Amino acid sequence: MEPFVVLLPLFGALLAMPVGRTFGPRAAELLTTFLMGLAAIYAWVLFADIGLGHNSREAAVLFTWIASGNFIAEWSVRLDTMTAVMLVVVNTVSFLVHFYSIGYMHEDKSRPRFFAYLSLFTFAMLTLVTADNFIQLFFGWEGVGLASYLLIGFYHHKSSANDAAIKAFVVNRVGDFGFALGIMAIYFVFGTVEFDGVFEAIRTNAVVTPFAVADGGPIRSLTMIFLDREVHALTLIGVLLFIGAMGKSAQFILHTWLPDAMEGPTPVSALIHAATMVTAGVFLICRCSVIYEYAPHAAAMVTFVGATTAFFAATVGLLQDDIKKVIAYSTCSQLGYMFFAAGVGAYDAAMFHLFTHAFFKALLFLGAGSVIHCMHHEQDMKKMGGLRGIQPFTYVMMFIGTISITGVGIPMFYLFDAPFGAAGFVSKDMIIEAAYGAGEAGRSFGYYAFFMGLVAAVMTSFYSWRLMFLTFHRKPRAAHEVMKHPHPVPDWMLWPLAGLAIGALVAGMMFHGQFVGGKSEAFWGESIYKAEAHHAGRDGHATDETQAEDRAVEAAEATGEHGTVEGHGGHDFPAWVLWAPFVAMIAGLGGAWSHYMTGADPLRFGLLRPGGLVHDFLKNKWYVDELYRFLFLRPARRLGRLLWKTGDGRIIDGFGPDGISGIAGLGSRLIVKLQSGYIYHYAFAMLVGIAVILFFVLTGGA
Amino acid sequence: MTESASSIPWLSFTTFFPLLGVFLIGFRRWMSREDELAYVDKAAKWVALMATSATFVVSLITYVIYQPDVEGFQLVETAEWIGNGIVYKMGVDGASILFVLLTTFIMPICILASWNSINKRVTDYMIAFLILETMMIGVFCALDLVLFYVFFEGSLIPMCILIGVWGSEGERTFLGNIIKNRVYAAFKFFLYTLLGSLLLLVALVWMYLTAGTTDIVQLLAFDFPPEAQKWLWLAFFASFAVKMPMWPVHTWLPDAHVQAPTAGSVVLAAILLKMGGYGFIRFSLPMFPIASADFAPFIFTLSVIAIVYTSLVAFAQEDMKKLIAYSSVAHMGFVTMGIFSGTEQGVEGALFQMLSHGFISGALFLCVGVVYDRMHTREIAAYGGLVQRMKIYAFFFMFFTMGNVGLPGTSGFIGEILTMIGVFKVSTWTAALAATGVVLSAAYALRLYREVIFGTITHEPLKKIPDLNRIEIGILGTLMLASLWLGLNPTPALDVFSPAVEMILERYDAGLAAATG
Repeated sequence: MEPFVVLLPLFGALLAMPVGRTFGPRAAELLTTFLMGLAAIYAWVLFADIGLGHNSREAAVLFTWIASGNFIAEWSVRLDTMTAVMLVVVNTVSFLVHFYSIGYMHEDKSRPRFFAYLSLFTFAMLTLVTADNFIQLFFGWEGVGLASYLLIGFYHHKSSANDAAIKAFVVNRVGDFGFALGIMAIYFVFGTVEFDGVFEAIRTNAVVTPFAVADGGPIRSLTMIFLDREVHALTLIGVLLFIGAMGKSAQFILHTWLPDAMEGPTPVSALIHAATMVTAGVFLICRCSVIYEYAPHAAAMVTFVGATTAFFAATVGLLQDDIKKVIAYSTCSQLGYMFFAAGVGAYDAAMFHLFTHAFFKALLFLGAGSVIHCMHHEQDMKKMGGLRGIQPFTYVMMFIGTISITGVGIPMFYLFDAPFGAAGFVSKDMIIEAAYGAGEAGRSFGYYAFFMGLVAAVMTSFYSWRLMFLTFHRKPRAAHEVMKHPHPVPDWMLWPLAGLAIGALVAGMMFHGQFVGGKSEAFWGESIYKAEAHHAGRDGHATDETQAEDRAVEAAEATGEHGTVEGHGGHDFPAWVLWAPFVAMIAGLGGAWSHYMTGADPLRFGLLRPGGLVHDFLKNKWYVDELYRFLFLRPARRLGRLLWKTGDGRIIDGFGPDGISGIAGLGSRLIVKLQSGYIYHYAFAMLVGIAVILFFVLTGGA
Repeated sequence: MTESASSIPWLSFTTFFPLLGVFLIGFRRWMSREDELAYVDKAAKWVALMATSATFVVSLITYVIYQPDVEGFQLVETAEWIGNGIVYKMGVDGASILFVLLTTFIMPICILASWNSINKRVTDYMIAFLILETMMIGVFCALDLVLFYVFFEGSLIPMCILIGVWGSEGERTFLGNIIKNRVYAAFKFFLYTLLGSLLLLVALVWMYLTAGTTDIVQLLAFDFPPEAQKWLWLAFFASFAVKMPMWPVHTWLPDAHVQAPTAGSVVLAAILLKMGGYGFIRFSLPMFPIASADFAPFIFTLSVIAIVYTSLVAFAQEDMKKLIAYSSVAHMGFVTMGIFSGTEQGVEGALFQMLSHGFISGALFLCVGVVYDRMHTREIAAYGGLVQRMKIYAFFFMFFTMGNVGLPGTSGFIGEILTMIGVFKVSTWTAALAATGVVLSAAYALRLYREVIFGTITHEPLKKIPDLNRIEIGILGTLMLASLWLGLNPTPALDVFSPAVEMILERYDAGLAAATG
């Protein structure tokens, strides 16, 4: 039965086009949505059973995919708590997005194709999260990349959409380059790519012998030669896998594709580029928690890149005018939070934020979609304003989303053992506290992450409220025609907003206990590994020891495991740490209010003016795209031409076939002959060859 | 080395079956008057289709008789031939049987692809194709070095003719003469391969004089002295490297592909290129293990250059066929790299990559042929927006583009990942540099797709271009299923390879152990 949770969307993907052609687009839409609904219900059933009921299951193996020597990868469905969480996120959001798209796409001619792609994406994402080995994970990883490419370029007549699609695929492939090497290194070191084999070896610090290396050793301190350097094996694997995660989750320096990906239809942005695919990187890191627990340098890199991204994307988000791009940069920034949480060892907090983020970010995107739909496909917030009157329902929904992302809640107040506040408040505070705890424990970049997280929280609040104020408040700035005749928004698009809004409000409070609270150990079971629980089996490697020790302290603090009620009241953190995110939120809100809700013109310039250094730097997104164009794109093109014309043409051919025939003076004469009967010359050469052999044979040369 | 004989000469039957078609076509023409030639052409097409299809059926029967899990050569047949230890000997093992099937599978497709696009000298064309098929099957079945050489070189003649006679139009200046492009391409093809094959011939004679036999099975058990191995290896390398083709002896390939008719390109990419890799696996690795290990870094260097260099060159191409031809060179880089890693994953991955490339690149050349037949140009810039009129075409082209970039789920992925995993064990540098190929291939393949398929139609003639007809859908659909099946369930194919690969590597490792110990 379990494989069906993965296969139902595949059926939808395969059937959408034929059904659409035979029974019309509506049939295709309803069918795929229905199948998705079934898969979503099933996902919740599994979640209740595995996560809440603690019934762990064996991975269901379908059949062997690749078997070459002792390299074996199987098609399987792994079901543990982490998978169950992802199943719920993916299938729920995917179902709601399918549902929403029935309304959003109702004027598009190629709807069946759109729904086929959506379902295909969901299938690929599910194979990713249910993988039991790195190769199947990679299959899903690249599969979602394909679906993302197809959906970003869905409007394939648009040149900008095509560019964005290719960019997304190629930049992701840069990450996959690292990921693929990581898989090779894993196989090299462990002789297997199965999760259980790899993780178990690290848990027990087993002795492994990499291929063709005479002396193996305990895995946690094993070194290997990579590119002529001796490196710590687990660190190498951790870094390589993280490069893959950076591509898929749009982390700094590999983030450039995500804002461009907004060229795709808005439901796609909600599903793929906010709630699910881009979180695959976080999922990967958490899945490999046991690797990062014993690869402190790799974990430090995760922390640093995550914190930097959280800050970077938030700064760029401040100045965006395109409503979708604001949310895109906000996604990028929130993913940064998840990464530095994982980097400091708070995998559960990272997964918790991933979970809540899926609700409020999908809500914001779908709400933006409703706005864009209503405004006749206008995305520029400068031309909006005053939509509260026209779209009251959407306004309320977006408001809830904004409350959630900015982190509205009451610090240090607990209701039923859970902090009181919107989902984003609960999970983001966990992360920021974990970072502070890590800093206190002396982990690399712990304080850096805490500081960046706080600064980013101010900016998050600022740009999120700016979006609300510019879009819904003040006087309308759109043309009269548009305001008089707004495009009607079908109910199909509004219901899913309500579903997501509930999640965005209460998911944090509801699941706090399981994800990060007192019940978390039983909830996660084996799927998240924390070093502190396994002191006994360690080999006593010095750096590992201290790192793990630090982590133990920090993790306990971060997750509030000092007992439930008492723990929450009496954290080890100073009160200001607990209040800091709240203050950050208020500061951002205050800034946005004072600029956009007061004064004559909300579009007037504030502190940053065009022409100013900071303004231009942010407006141009830190010039990363320009840098890449200068460093990679143009040189690659020129180099390609050079190698072709000069390398192949002048040098190889010049000194090779053309040159030889020219030098020998054969050229002219031969060519004339070749025009007519060169074949016979060739045949003749062969005959001569045979004759030579015959000669030796007959004269008994042997 | 074990071998099991067969009382019925199934392999000879498969190999020479196409010649029956040649005979029939020749007979029909000989019997006809000048004014009947149109009928002869039509008959020739049908006979060629029947003959290639029947050959496929015969090869399937052969495959059913073949026992995949048994080690050594099977269906071996021997007959007197030249004498003095040089016999006619045929046989297959895991490394060759699937390539026999690939050949017989691709040939009917080639005949169908030529159905409407070849209009001049149809009879000769079909005869050339049928002879070519015999030669190619022979290469994979021959168990005598001289016999192998005859088939190996013999396959070049019909290919040369196909390019030189049925190639595309266009002229260029070459050494002061104005000649046809297709003749230049055929000339280049000829020059490169001649050089390689002459060295192979010398090596062959030396081996015969030393070992006293040209029986491949016996040669596989013969220990050549290390010093001699070096020279023999280089001689074989000269021939196989050209055929692969490896950088820097690859420049004949883009020209040959561009000039060849569609079906010619398909055969070239799908089968002829595989003969080089097959040669490396059959001869170089097990017969000259010490030299293979010594030269491995050299091969790795060339492979990595091939992958990076030709990918960059592919990115700059303006001609669709040239772009795909360059991408073939890059993909063959994975094959050579995998073979000389001397690991099970590497060699099996190389074999698999060759098989997979046969379907995917063959299909890509067919895709180019489809629009070339309609518009008579291969310029990328002459297209754009095809998806507006050719939805089914766009779908297939997308699939094979993804196969070309090695997306998991297609057969392209399996070969790439296995060869990289294999080579990672012996050289992390090679694996890391080869892995850049996954980024570069995405860049050039998606660029091609985007410029040809996506966008809006701006060129007037494209506004009436028709979508695929049923034959084309059938052909591309079959190839797609093959690639998908191999991509999702490659294990049966890998299981066929593995006994042979294990045997070859046993021989390779034993040779190395003898040298060091």
